[in-house]
Amino acid sequence: MTDLIIHLFLVLLMPPLLLGVISRTKALFAGRSGAPLLQPYYDLARLFRKGMVLSDTTTWLFRSGPVVTLATVLVASLLIPLGNHAAPLSFDGDMILFAYLFALGRFATILAALDTGSSFEGMGAAREATYSCLAEPTLFFALIVLARLSGSLSLSGMLTQPLGAVWADSGASLLLLVGALFIILLAENCRIPFDDPNTHLELTMIHEVMVLDQSGPLLGCVLYGAALKLFVLSAFFIRIVLPFRTGDTLADWGLFVVSLLLLAIAIGTVESVMARFRLTRIPQLLIGAGILSSFATLLILR
Amino acid sequence: MFLAGEGLSPSAALVAAGILLTACSGLPGLVLARRDGTGQKIATLLMVAGSGLGLAGALNALLTGASARYVITGGFLVVGGEWGVDPLSAFFLIPLFLLAGCGALYGSGYFPEAKHPSAAPRLTFFFGLLAASVALVFTARDALLFLLAWEVMALASFFALTTEDHRKEVREAGLLFLVAAHMGTLVLFAHFSLLKAATSSFTFPGAGSLSGGTAPAAAIFLTALVGFGFKAGIMPLHIWLPSAHAAAPSHVSALMSGVIIKSGIYGIVRVTSFYHTPPAWWGMTLLTLGIISAVAGVLFAIGQHDLKRLLAYHSIENIGIIAMGIGVALIGRSSGSLPLELLGMGGALLHLLNHALFKGLLFLGAGSVIHAVGTREIDLMGGVAKRLPLTGLFFLTGAAAICGLPPLNGFVSEYLIYLGLFRGVAGIGTVVTSGLPLMALAIPALALVGGLALACFVKAYGVVFLGVHRQESVTQPHEAGLSMLLPMGILALLCVLIGLFPQGGIRLLEPAVAGWFPVSAGMATGVTLPAPVGWITVMGLLLIFFTLAIIPVALKKRPGGIAGAVTWDCGFLRPTPRMQYTASSFAATLVDLFGGMLRPRRHRPKISGPYPEPALFSSHVPEVVLELLYLPLLKRGNELLMPLRRLQHGQIPLYILYIFVTVIVLLLLAP
Repeated sequence: MTDLIIHLFLVLLMPPLLLGVISRTKALFAGRSGAPLLQPYYDLARLFRKGMVLSDTTTWLFRSGPVVTLATVLVASLLIPLGNHAAPLSFDGDMILFAYLFALGRFATILAALDTGSSFEGMGAAREATYSCLAEPTLFFALIVLARLSGSLSLSGMLTQPLGAVWADSGASLLLLVGALFIILLAENCRIPFDDPNTHLELTMIHEVMVLDQSGPLLGCVLYGAALKLFVLSAFFIRIVLPFRTGDTLADWGLFVVSLLLLAIAIGTVESVMARFRLTRIPQLLIGAGILSSFATLLILR
Repeated sequence: MFLAGEGLSPSAALVAAGILLTACSGLPGLVLARRDGTGQKIATLLMVAGSGLGLAGALNALLTGASARYVITGGFLVVGGEWGVDPLSAFFLIPLFLLAGCGALYGSGYFPEAKHPSAAPRLTFFFGLLAASVALVFTARDALLFLLAWEVMALASFFALTTEDHRKEVREAGLLFLVAAHMGTLVLFAHFSLLKAATSSFTFPGAGSLSGGTAPAAAIFLTALVGFGFKAGIMPLHIWLPSAHAAAPSHVSALMSGVIIKSGIYGIVRVTSFYHTPPAWWGMTLLTLGIISAVAGVLFAIGQHDLKRLLAYHSIENIGIIAMGIGVALIGRSSGSLPLELLGMGGALLHLLNHALFKGLLFLGAGSVIHAVGTREIDLMGGVAKRLPLTGLFFLTGAAAICGLPPLNGFVSEYLIYLGLFRGVAGIGTVVTSGLPLMALAIPALALVGGLALACFVKAYGVVFLGVHRQESVTQPHEAGLSMLLPMGILALLCVLIGLFPQGGIRLLEPAVAGWFPVSAGMATGVTLPAPVGWITVMGLLLIFFTLAIIPVALKKRPGGIAGAVTWDCGFLRPTPRMQYTASSFAATLVDLFGGMLRPRRHRPKISGPYPEPALFSSHVPEVVLELLYLPLLKRGNELLMPLRRLQHGQIPLYILYIFVTVIVLLLLAP
């Protein structure tokens, strides 16, 4: 019961903090003091109090885009185990639902973008659709590896197995997987070097340009949904990288929070030291990640 | 017609009545002199009634799990043979009768007799005959009756799809269909001859009664794969499919894509059920062909900008997914793993039903759109959802379902196939002896297919239904009538129901899956799929609950209020419809990325001088397999066989003589 409450508490409240940590890291790298760590919370609170401007071209689909996307990420957050603790809901094959929930969110976001009839948003939508289907195989290769190593068909079973021992046994495979998944983590969450969440140069962006016409509470849903997606996928990734456990429940929760913050700092560091790739390079990197993860699968099938 | 035995069982009687009613539905329209739509009304009524009876019979057979076989004694003008309804047949009859009834109703609004006085009675007649012949294919229990029904199905499809034969492309599509159909039938003649040699009877053997390890079994499997593969549209035997689906009237396309190509799958499922020990390469072959069809099908679909051609390529994709499921089941059977057999076959059969529902829905929706805007070209449409809100909603349901998104039906069947693959690869409760790397490859391939399908359908839906209309059409686009909306509504509702409450679909599925198992395996009492589908209901309802809970938060009245404005134009010009992203530009990156396979053709105008002339740029993705593989081969064959053309002189009496001589020679050769 305590675990459930902590799970819900973290899922609902922690995501914007990750964005705050990333931007603070970037600010420190740039020699600025940066915005307060809690700035994303203030932004969300402000957006949810505001009115909206809706394009005359749009229909109900435009408004349902952010709502459905946020709902899918919320459902997905109930399937992901946090740290060493099993998820509130888990069943055989929940990882398939997990992946397809994100696909549903993408479907809703892209249609909302196309509903505006804007060429900029069409461009972003096309890029999102293209790159995300190249990222999809990597996630499933990773799921194969985890399923085979754990003998389990649910995310909770895969990620709460004693991964420390697995590292000792199949370290090479997991190492390849970590590389591939980090690329996917950055790409799926629209971070540099794939996408820049801060520029407002529409021609170069992917995700930001899709939501150009969203405003007020709907934009709040978009931002919160994006933060939650980063949180959920980070929880998936960090569990493979830092599979430590102490034996004490509360200490394990603390460990999880700290490791997630470390990941946010790492993402901020990557964003600070790298430039955004040219768009034509992005498919190559995503296919590269797919090949890395296919090698990880081959290694454990022997 | 005389049926031996002690009378028909209730389900067999209902199915037989359904077949007779649908077969005769178009007859009154052919003989009625007045073309005021009476014939079509009678036909629609007969079709709906016949479909209802057939559906009731099929459901009854599935719920009771009973199977029955009857011998039709031959006589004057009646071909003898064995006929029967078992759960496997009954499961295939469900999509057939659903789409036949819905299609007939739709057709009365889409292709009314009042508007097409000469073509409509013909179409109505062949539509009914087509539905009846497919039902006969699914229920025939011996080779002769099966081939007879198969041939009627091919001819009825040909006449139904060439309804608008004043257009050249329709005639060409019809010819291509007829050639491909007969190539398949030719291979099936060989197939059934081999089967007769193996069992010394034309009657279909019982499930699991043959051994799969022998050389004749391999030949039987391969001829079935090619013969039925032509009909199913498995790559690279799919060449007839895109143009035929595009050329046919929309409700015929729906029936073709939803059911007729499934008759090929039915053949493969039925033939593989005969064998209790298939060798491992059977399953691996089907899994490989499935992966190729699924990935290539969806890639070609992305390159299309004709709405119905796009949907047709998605049929190839979904046939691929179904073939993957059957492949998993066969691998399971040859490694003795029950969960793989159940999940693979269950997923394949459920996907077959689901595909009939959502693809039927999508073709009917596409028909409404084409009916309203007067073109099939996606790049000329736009903003259609504002004019046709209900059609837009139904098409959206179908689009989300075909991408396998929860909480719709496409997700459930893909989930079953994924679960089978994951169980095999992870070695959970099952040991796969061969084909492990292939199964490991199938999982990301299926994920890639899902992603690409999503890209394709957001493109199609976004460009057709959203944004602003790109071209002023001659007539004001209008919402379809009730007779067209009702069938779409039924299909959309079923997509949602199976997606949210898959238990119902699975309940119908399990007897059919059990029918695929050898009788000796003790599956007659029924099987239970090892999948926690109850969770799908929970998660689907949870998703809906969250969505409904967020709506008031996101859209509640606030002091700022809601203001209207033009779409954000980055401070430049007011956006015009011509500035919208087109389907071609949406797909450009993916088409380029897979350009080696798709071979896109681009016609670039030369632009020169300081004041260039107005120029047109166009690009399209051709049917590569047909143009680069079949046509050169056929051309070469034609040159080689030119001397034989002298036999083909167009004198019918001499043709009859050929047949007579052939029969005499065969009789002399027969032992």
